[in-house]
Amino acid sequence: MGCIENLKYEMILPLGASFKECREYAEKNFKEVWYVDPGYKLFDEYIIGLPPIALGIEDGKKIIFPYTKPCHGTYLLAVEDADEVERVRKTARKKK
Amino acid sequence: MTDTSQPQTNALIVLGCPEAPAQQALAFHVAYNLKKRGTDVLIAGNPSVLNLLKVSDPEKHYVTATMVLEKCIAEVVEKKRDCDLCVVFAHNDAAIAYAATMRYLLPERRLVVIIFGKDPGPLADEVNFPCEKIVDKAVHNPMQLRAKINEVFGWAVSRT
Repeated sequence: MGCIENLKYEMILPLGASFKECREYAEKNFKEVWYVDPGYKLFDEYIIGLPPIALGIEDGKKIIFPYTKPCHGTYLLAVEDADEVERVRKTARKKK
Repeated sequence: MTDTSQPQTNALIVLGCPEAPAQQALAFHVAYNLKKRGTDVLIAGNPSVLNLLKVSDPEKHYVTATMVLEKCIAEVVEKKRDCDLCVVFAHNDAAIAYAATMRYLLPERRLVVIIFGKDPGPLADEVNFPCEKIVDKAVHNPMQLRAKINEVFGWAVSRT
């Protein structure tokens, strides 16, 4: 998974989840949800998907995001990174 | 309706997972026909799908330029790469996500999404962004889908 593979990530939804399932899971299970568009850079990777792409934030330090690979589908991953959380809060659109 | 009589000069073909054999044959078909009409073609995909093409076309008769998909997406996001036509092959949910990404990144360009596989209907229903959709049940046999592709692009039907 490129750079993201080198991160310490937790798999929230396993490979094979649909993009829609990942978005719905993030929207339903996290109090803090932000939206970005395809091409948004997260952990040095450009995120792809059907806009708007939902990102969850947990405990102010963990980002939950979809990560798509051609042969596997979309994974919903969680990575702890307080700096990246702050960047998302400054650059993404908050769920109303 | 898109004017198919005007040849595009620069095309990007985005390939999905290579598990459906029809994809490779049709990728060659689309690349060949575009190239024959004077279009420069770049094919993007994961390393496996690109290696399948390279091994099948060692002298680059059909495929002259390839790029790993992540790098291609990065170049499009960074405005280092553009195209007149983007063709996305999609037989799973992930490929639809790539097609939606290309639609978002290239809003003014012609986008053709070729949706195939064992059960392409539900996948096609997910495509609710502006594009031309070509949908057909195809996994191993590319012939029927090839006919639909020819029709959309205005290419003469081959009898072979």
